[in-house]
Amino acid sequence: MSDTIQGPTAMAANPTSKQPWRHPQDHPLRRFISHNRASLGSLVVLVVMMAIFIAANPTVFTSWTLYASVFTTLPVAIFLTVPLVFIVTVGEIDLSFPATMGFAAWMFALLVQAGFPPIVGLVAAVITGAALGAFVGALVVYLNLSSLIATLGMNFVVRGVILIFTEGKLISLSSLGDTWLYAAFSSDIFGLPVQMLWAIAFTIFAVYLYGRHRFGAHVHIVGDNPDSAAQMGINVKMVRVQSFIFVGVGAALAGVFSTMINFTWWPTAGDGYLLPVLASVFVGGTPTWGGIGTVVGGAIGATTVSFIQTGIVGVGLSGFYVQFFNGLIIILSLVGHRWNQIRYR
Amino acid sequence: MAERLIELRNIKKSYGSVYALGGVDLHVDKGEVLGLVGDNGAGKSTLIKILAGAVRPTSGDILVRGKPVHGWNAARSREAGIETVFQDRALAVQQSIVRNIFMGNEIANRFGFLDVEKEVAEAQRLMREIGFTSKVFTPHSIVGQLSGGERQGVAIARSIYREADLIILDEPTTALSLTETNKVFHFVRQVRASGRSILFIGHNIHHVYDIADRFVVMDRGRVALQTSKAEMSSAEDLIRFMEQTAHPTPAEAAQGAA
Repeated sequence: MSDTIQGPTAMAANPTSKQPWRHPQDHPLRRFISHNRASLGSLVVLVVMMAIFIAANPTVFTSWTLYASVFTTLPVAIFLTVPLVFIVTVGEIDLSFPATMGFAAWMFALLVQAGFPPIVGLVAAVITGAALGAFVGALVVYLNLSSLIATLGMNFVVRGVILIFTEGKLISLSSLGDTWLYAAFSSDIFGLPVQMLWAIAFTIFAVYLYGRHRFGAHVHIVGDNPDSAAQMGINVKMVRVQSFIFVGVGAALAGVFSTMINFTWWPTAGDGYLLPVLASVFVGGTPTWGGIGTVVGGAIGATTVSFIQTGIVGVGLSGFYVQFFNGLIIILSLVGHRWNQIRYR
Repeated sequence: MAERLIELRNIKKSYGSVYALGGVDLHVDKGEVLGLVGDNGAGKSTLIKILAGAVRPTSGDILVRGKPVHGWNAARSREAGIETVFQDRALAVQQSIVRNIFMGNEIANRFGFLDVEKEVAEAQRLMREIGFTSKVFTPHSIVGQLSGGERQGVAIARSIYREADLIILDEPTTALSLTETNKVFHFVRQVRASGRSILFIGHNIHHVYDIADRFVVMDRGRVALQTSKAEMSSAEDLIRFMEQTAHPTPAEAAQGAA
């Protein structure tokens, strides 16, 4: 890299070249690949895995039923995974999202049960999720706690509150199926669960927020070098709290969608998502150290993780194999990304 | 006479009973490179922090373009067009050059979405202005891929975008190879040519001598010498003077006391 700077002499030496020299990276396709290595890698993992499944059991894996069943619950995982990419990029972690999901969905269920229109419940749930996210974020950021431990604690506290007040009783919402909100958020279009479209829309929104918005830029910079960010006038603490709020909003949406799919709110709603969703973020190609990440990769990671469970059973193995292959695919993708990700210091 | 950009008059800074600065007079003119040298503990860092508004002087006046400024702080410092480039923590190295240049000052529409094309065009203009062009990287390149001297270039381009009239470079060539140092010098000369000023702080006297138009030597919280390149025939002159201030011979010490 010794001759990379063109001094005055270097510029004068080549004054007649009419065709401006084009950098190799200027080629759009080349730049696309180099800027999306991580998510493309995740896509390769998904495609290879699906190819193995299809080869192992073509009848099951060419029928739409299997895909429709995965696409019914996959959106819930996507609403959780995508905001977590932001929190990992900003250099924190949030393990409280399962309880936030349960709590926000609880508000939704209570309001619908009380006879309010579901849209009111949805708005209340999102506000609840944002408020819980703000509280968790403020706890971590302003008391300067380790986000790993503090959010783990908050997960137990919030879940504990739910269990104390409900005494473990579920809320059944059988009337939900007749509402327009259900039709808009949880019905089928030509066999495709409509919530999948919402999850895709949410992912596209998050892609722009992450890569093309001031907030996303600040998330990257704060995760990369908080000292520098603060020196350049970025409110580092606020960016961190806002990232926690975004996780809360995603968790609330996940909770509402999950409740609408099941017509039922369980006090344990969200619990099963903790580890698969965390795995999805990293399977998707976002590194653990902050500063960089990929939203599309996260969504692809969530898809991979969702298909593992169905896939293992689908190829004819017993359910006892699920955990083993779950872990194997997570480790293999991490090894793949490790080779793909360069950490600059 | 050259236009005065910043002037410090009799700046003192004490921490309790310890004087970090004991009455410093210093000025930077428009379009000049002022080299600031001195041993560890001479008060260079305190002086930079005062200029950046991070530390308040105990007493003394600060004049911007000849007018005294009251209530000097970080915001006033920025208004005056002072930007400091710290060597170690200036950049987010996993991000692109563009993102680093517009860090905290992104070009965005009113909904906060970035105008990336405009940012890239502006970044290219800034990089050309300081002679920071290359066939190997584009404004999209990751800063971590750049060499030490080139990283200084990104930080300097950012300072210019933030409308700096005075860029304080805190040891920009420490730990850089000769080639990399020359790159930084190249940027500094371009910045000077554009009419901006640079305060260049360095431990390597040869580097400072090569690039600066005037020199300020600090010693134990005071300005020991202010001189111009015309008065110093070589870097050795400057070094000899500094050694004498730091370790005066008994005869000189007696002379100084008298």
